[in-house]
Amino acid sequence: MKEAAALAFAVVLLAWTLTPIYNMVMVSLDSKGDVFSNDIWPPHPSLDSFWIVLSEGYWYLQYFWQQFGNSIYIGAATTFLTLLIGSLASFSIGRMRLKHGWLVSNAALLTYAIPASFLAIPFYSIMLKYGLANNLWSVIFAEVTFATPYAIFIFQQYAVSIPIELDDAARIDGASPVQVYLRIYLPLMAPALVAVGTYALLLAWNEYLYQFMLLSSKQSMTVPVALAQFLNSDEAPWNYMMATAIIYAIPPVAIYYAFRRRMTAGLTMGGVKG
Amino acid sequence: MNGSSGVLAVRRPIAPERPWLPAWRGHLHGSDLTCSILFVVPYAALLVAFVIYPIGYALWMGSDPALYAELLSDPRYVRAAVNTVLFVGLAVNLQMILALLLSGFFMRRRRWIRALLVIYILPWTLPAVPAYLSFHWMFVAYPQGLPNNLLESLFGIEGPFWFDQRWLALACDIAANVWKWMPLWTLVLLGGRMSIPQDLYDAADVDGASLYQRFAYITVPLLANLYLISTLVSTIWTFGDYAPVLFVSGGSPAFGSTVVSTLGFHYALDYGNPPLGVAAGLSILPLLIPAVIFLMHRLKSTEVQL
Repeated sequence: MKEAAALAFAVVLLAWTLTPIYNMVMVSLDSKGDVFSNDIWPPHPSLDSFWIVLSEGYWYLQYFWQQFGNSIYIGAATTFLTLLIGSLASFSIGRMRLKHGWLVSNAALLTYAIPASFLAIPFYSIMLKYGLANNLWSVIFAEVTFATPYAIFIFQQYAVSIPIELDDAARIDGASPVQVYLRIYLPLMAPALVAVGTYALLLAWNEYLYQFMLLSSKQSMTVPVALAQFLNSDEAPWNYMMATAIIYAIPPVAIYYAFRRRMTAGLTMGGVKG
Repeated sequence: MNGSSGVLAVRRPIAPERPWLPAWRGHLHGSDLTCSILFVVPYAALLVAFVIYPIGYALWMGSDPALYAELLSDPRYVRAAVNTVLFVGLAVNLQMILALLLSGFFMRRRRWIRALLVIYILPWTLPAVPAYLSFHWMFVAYPQGLPNNLLESLFGIEGPFWFDQRWLALACDIAANVWKWMPLWTLVLLGGRMSIPQDLYDAADVDGASLYQRFAYITVPLLANLYLISTLVSTIWTFGDYAPVLFVSGGSPAFGSTVVSTLGFHYALDYGNPPLGVAAGLSILPLLIPAVIFLMHRLKSTEVQL
């Protein structure tokens, strides 16, 4: 009886979770791109729209691969810079105990608590001043800014589990701080680096507002910005749009499930460690 | 953006950090000091150039009191302010309460429940724009969107035009937000529940405690702090979450379901008045700052860490 109730509940939960995803797949498989139909399943499902997207066979999708490349470029640069800047700062504050380093940690905590969207308009004005408008790097700086605070926290917390005696030993052998950072700190931090790297990549992949505001030309746009542009067009081939959306959604989902254990281990690290 | 996949890490109280002694001999000198400063410089530069400067710039842009008079005289702004409070209040509480209950459901040690959890996480892993666009197409097509078709074929009811009425449109936005973020908070609270020692429940069983008593006297007190912190974080993020409104209802009907953040973008981008947009954002601060301060205070005084 109890089992039956749990199963019934599970069915409801599954329906709630999957309906929007199902809708995406359904529209993308429709050969006519006609969402104004009474069907719950397209009568003539076909994969044509995916092929159109991949071959850039529609004028709206003219720069699809370039835009996809931009998304990858922004994601990769954000991941790399977040890891580099975050690990350097946490090494200096957490391991070397830089005086007043806590000020930086606190500022980072505060940044984490500010909704990024509130800074978008001034950020945009400033980027115009820096001459970085319509430049991928302006977006990368924005993503790194909002990903690094989280990186610093996770790194500091994880580093507690690495014995400081290792640093001592290296110091006695005459290692410089840079050597300690490269040879001891980074290799031992690998699990935290994977967790934070995944986080930064997904953050950049997810983000829309800064990419929309800062990138205006079709060639420099990213996929989510191009997707949103479909909304404003009079002629809206919704099946192409949903196919694009699905293709764009596959990498983060795949990455998440591939690194799931690492991610949850990294993200609920303390809880697991006890 | 903060919201995309940050997670609260639960950290049970552990032994205090060991006293700091050798390695860098407590005090940094000469090249070590230079080095440690150089290591912080990239982040400090990022902070100054892209956080402190924009904040200062925003305060300067929105410093003219006339802007706020202009905001208040715009009926769209007043409506957006009401919508923002409703959107945040309902979406946050709905997803947190449901996440609390669901995390209990996912504590069951069944293979199929583990499998269900893996599927249940899916919305959180999907990028926001594609997911919300799917919600948009579900509700915008009248009378034939997927929900309306289901209503028609299952119950024979003709569904409404969802974006034609302010409250229905706002409800769609809230549903989309809950759909996307509830899995994350379920995971966080599940982590919290897992760190409660099983002995406590065993002892309660020996004493003959009912299911409700176990929940009210063990789970609730031990989870209260994590729940509170998660709610605060979720509140702050949801205040800044423009995406459901921008993509699902698009603010229709005629700005009926806009929130302050999307109205701010409208002022700044379509209306060509960035200071007014900034002022709209700043006008939320009286609601946001207490939440931020309370959160910082909580984080400092507990072992739960962001």
